[in-house]
Parts: sequence; structure tokens; C-alpha cells
Amino acid sequence: MNINVKLTLTPPTSAIRADNWVYKRRYLTNKLMLGLSLAALVFGLFWLCWILSVLLIKGGGSLSMTLLTESTPPPGQAGGLLNAIMGSFVMVGVGTLIGTPVGILAGTYLAEYGQRGWLAPATRFLNDVLLSAPSIVIGLFIYAIYVSQVGHYSGWAGSFALAILVIPVVVRTTDNMLMLVPNGLREACFALGCPKWRMIVLVSYRAARSGIITGILLAVARVAGETAPLLFTALNNQFMSFNMNKPLANLPVVIFQFAASPFKDWNTLAWAGATLITLAVLLLNIVARNMFRKH
Amino acid sequence: MAANSFHDALFKFVTRAFAFLVFSLLAAIMVSLLYGSQETLLKYGLSFLWTNEWDPVQSEFGALVPVIGTLLTSLVALAIAIPVSFGIAMFLTELAPAWLRRPVGTAIEMLAAIPSIIYGMWGLFVFVPFFQEYVQPGLIAALSPLPYVGVLFSGAPFGIGIFTAGLILSIMITPFIAAVMRDVFELVPPMLKESAYGLGGSTWEVMWKIVLPFTRSGVIGGVMLGLGRALGETMAVTFVIGNAFQMPNSIFSPGNSIASALANEFNEAGGMQKSALIELGLILFLITTVVLALAKMMLMRMDRAEGKKS
Repeated sequence: MNINVKLTLTPPTSAIRADNWVYKRRYLTNKLMLGLSLAALVFGLFWLCWILSVLLIKGGGSLSMTLLTESTPPPGQAGGLLNAIMGSFVMVGVGTLIGTPVGILAGTYLAEYGQRGWLAPATRFLNDVLLSAPSIVIGLFIYAIYVSQVGHYSGWAGSFALAILVIPVVVRTTDNMLMLVPNGLREACFALGCPKWRMIVLVSYRAARSGIITGILLAVARVAGETAPLLFTALNNQFMSFNMNKPLANLPVVIFQFAASPFKDWNTLAWAGATLITLAVLLLNIVARNMFRKH
Repeated sequence: MAANSFHDALFKFVTRAFAFLVFSLLAAIMVSLLYGSQETLLKYGLSFLWTNEWDPVQSEFGALVPVIGTLLTSLVALAIAIPVSFGIAMFLTELAPAWLRRPVGTAIEMLAAIPSIIYGMWGLFVFVPFFQEYVQPGLIAALSPLPYVGVLFSGAPFGIGIFTAGLILSIMITPFIAAVMRDVFELVPPMLKESAYGLGGSTWEVMWKIVLPFTRSGVIGGVMLGLGRALGETMAVTFVIGNAFQMPNSIFSPGNSIASALANEFNEAGGMQKSALIELGLILFLITTVVLALAKMMLMRMDRAEGKKS
């Protein structure tokens, strides 16, 4: 499949070629475009390096244990990000716990039962739209159906918003991974007299396990840094709290508020938080990718 | 046996129910936003879309400024991201030696993994001062005397504004577009490319005259996917667009986008303003849904064409 054919034009060496302007133009256009292609790549990598080095320089210095042992301070005092980190853990955890089973079951229907009928193709289509839907609108949705009904921001609302972001990612990967399971495995299981649901649980899920887990990890990595859907749902909390019915501190919103504030200590904490969250998300991404590749 | 078929039916029913849940999510979002914005929907009707006013004190609202801001930033983003993504995809499929493809591809995909708020912080505190000091005055001096288009580039160098937001958006959507382009470029049958090389085509000519026409609908699908992402991007834009409810008169002037208006004002808004903001969210959701649906359709057409040939 990956036969790499490399037949480029040779430089205009002979006298005939050197005079042939059509040939010369094609040769130079080719060189120019290949150069631009390389430039585009450098352009892309340049921003990555710039952003990562800024994070390491501005935030790397203030990464310390106090970040993990103290809560967010009032302006002018020292403190850490403990409450924000815990809040983020709780909401991402609960959001994933809600979103994953929904996503896996829906994905199972698409891949295992979806050969006939309208529901599977329609859901697959809409799920792909949801996958890239603006996350702030998801926050607005949870605000409209939950926050405005109960009358206060809460950790539950934040978790629900994150769960809705988790679902399409998990549906997509589950569907794709189950589709990759060879039908021979399924038929072998049927031949032993296995009912379909046991076949799915015992054979399909096991064969697709590493792919499905990769999907869950990528979903976690995606929602861990999401700020917009939490603004109208979990809001923020200055104190350590595990009360899911109250506003809950979380890293992205703390970063947002602290970065835009006029206080120096808060800015420093915002950069430290930004470095922390970026490293965590990038690490999770790399782990997820490598995990899938091994199997 | 009876128990088995009961379990079978139950399992199928449960998975089907969850599939239906996912299926109805989009409609549920639409309905809840319609419900939340009924006040302004009833008061302004369609004229909300072209009213250029945003006055919480007088309680007069119109969507024109944020809608224009959203479209302009996304257009700037596409104008930069399309050629860059094409270059990257071409590098990854045609130029890079095999050992380099995976690390470079992963690095580009990491650009998509960086959280949006990080782009915003970096943009406002690192990129904007640099851009304002060293790049923007030069750009304005060079481009504003041009006939016709010059006015687009005039104005004072604020640093923040539509162009900066678009540039940062372009960095964020490049990995998405490049990934789709790379995937569809790899679908081109080697025979087709080899024939062109055999006739003496250069790498660029094969790319431009064989690969690109063959993958056209896939490439357009990828671009639409990037557009869908750019339209709804919130935090990065909120930091650098300037959040000014005024008609932008050049691409360097501050403006506002739907998503950043929501992020900035929603928590302090009440009554009519809240309803207006939810209607903005509804408009954004409708636009992105249409764009993403078109993207998906283009990509499906690509898949079908591929299926027919093999």
C-alpha cells in the first residue's frame, strides 16, 4: 500500500533542457511548492513549540507542592490549586462515568444491530455532528434544562455538560472498533450456540477492548481542558468542596478567572494551572495513542 | 432457550434505547434553546439577525455584530489554515520519509489536543504584545495603501481583534483539516499516481492535477469540518477578539463573536439579555450543525466513490 514512488524531475543539465523554458518553469514550480509544503509544516510546528515553551517558562517555575496542598487564595496571598484540581477530577470523573456507558451501548447498537433500519445510519450522522458541536452550546443546553430549573449552579450540572461531550467520542470509537472485529469471530461464537448478547459481551467487546479504552481516554483528554461548558454550569468555588449540588471549583474556569485578573499572584497561579493541565492532557493523548498501537 | 431470547431482546432494546437517546440529543438541544430564547424570538422575529444594536440598559438586542464577527474570524482562519493544512498533508503523504511521518503527524495532532483556554492565554499575554509591537504596524503600513482592499487592513494596531482571533483559530483547526486531507490523500490508488509519474509529472503536478481532483469532496469535507470547529470555538477567541459590540471596520479592529459574547455576558445577564444570548447560541448551533452536516455529506460521498472503485 505504501509504495513510495519518488520520480522527480532531474535538474536541467543538458543544453536542450536549459533552454526549454516550459521545462524550467515546471522544475522551478515543483521546487517552490515542495519548499512551501515544508514551510507549512514548519509554520505548524513553530506554534506548538512556541506555546509549549511559553508554558514551561512561565508556568514551569511555579510548579510546586503547594499547588497540590493548598486551595485558591484570596488576592495578595499565597496558595495553590487544590480545590480546583479536585473539582476538575470529580467532574471529569463523574462526567466520564455517565457518558461512557451511554456511549458504549449506543455504539454497540450502531455496530452490531445497525445493518438494517433507519436509526443506526441517522444516529451515526447526527453523532458526527455532535462530535464537533460548539461546547459552549452544550453548556447553554445544560443551563436551560438543569441549572435554570433547580435555580443554582452545581457540580452535577458541570458533570452532565462534560458527559454530553464524552458521549459522541465514545460512540464513534466504539462503533469503529466493533466494526473492525472480524465476522469470523462472531460466527464461531454463534456456531457454539451462543446468544447474540453473550457473543457481543464475550467476543466483540473483548476483541475491541483496547480500541474502546483508547476512545474513553481520548474523551477524558478532550473534556479535561474544556472551559466553555463549565462557565454556565459548575461556575467556580473559592473553597474546597465536594458538594455536587453547589458550585464546584475547576481548573479551567479558575485559569480563566485568574488569568484575566489584575492580581499578580493569581496570574502566576493561572500559568501554573495552564502548564499542569496542558501537560496532563498531552500525556493522556500520547498514552491513549500508544496503547492502541501496541495491540 | 426462552430465557436466552428474552435476554437477547432486552440487550437489543437497551442498546437501541441509548442509540435513540444519542439520536434525539441534537433535537433536544435545539428545542431547549428555542424555549430559552422565546422572549426575543417573539419580540424581534427574524429582524434579530440584522439588527445592529446591543444595549442591555435599554434592553434592545440584535445579533448582527457577533454573527459578522463569528463569520469573519472563521473566514480569516480558513484563509490561513487551508493552504497550511494542504502543505502539511502533502508533506506527510508525499515528501516525508517513512520514519518521520508518525512523529511529525503526532506533533501536528498535538496542536488539536492543547486546550482552547491555553491558546487564549498564550494569545493574549504572549502573542498579542509581540504582534502589536513588531508585526502589525508593518502589515498596516504595507497593506493599507493598496487600492480597494487596503481599507480592510487600515486602523490602529490594537494587537487584539478579528485578525488575531482568526490567526489563532487557524492554528487550532489546522490539525483537523490536515488529518482529513492526509487520510483522503492516502486513498488515492497508487496506480493513478504512478501513471502520472510515469508520464514525467513532477511531485507538485501529481499532487495538484491527480491527487487533489480525485479527493476533492473529501478535501472540501475536511475544510468544512475545520470551519465548524472555528465557528464554535470559545475561549481562545474570547481572550483575543476584544469583546467590543461594534461593527468591525477593518480586520484589525476589535469585534465580538457569538461564542465570546456568551462566555463574557451570560452569567451577569438577566431577563431579555439572557434570552437574546440564548438566541445567539441557537443561531450558532444552527450554523455549525448545517456546516458540519455538509462536511459529513462530502466525506460520505468520498467514501462511496472509494467503495465503487475497489
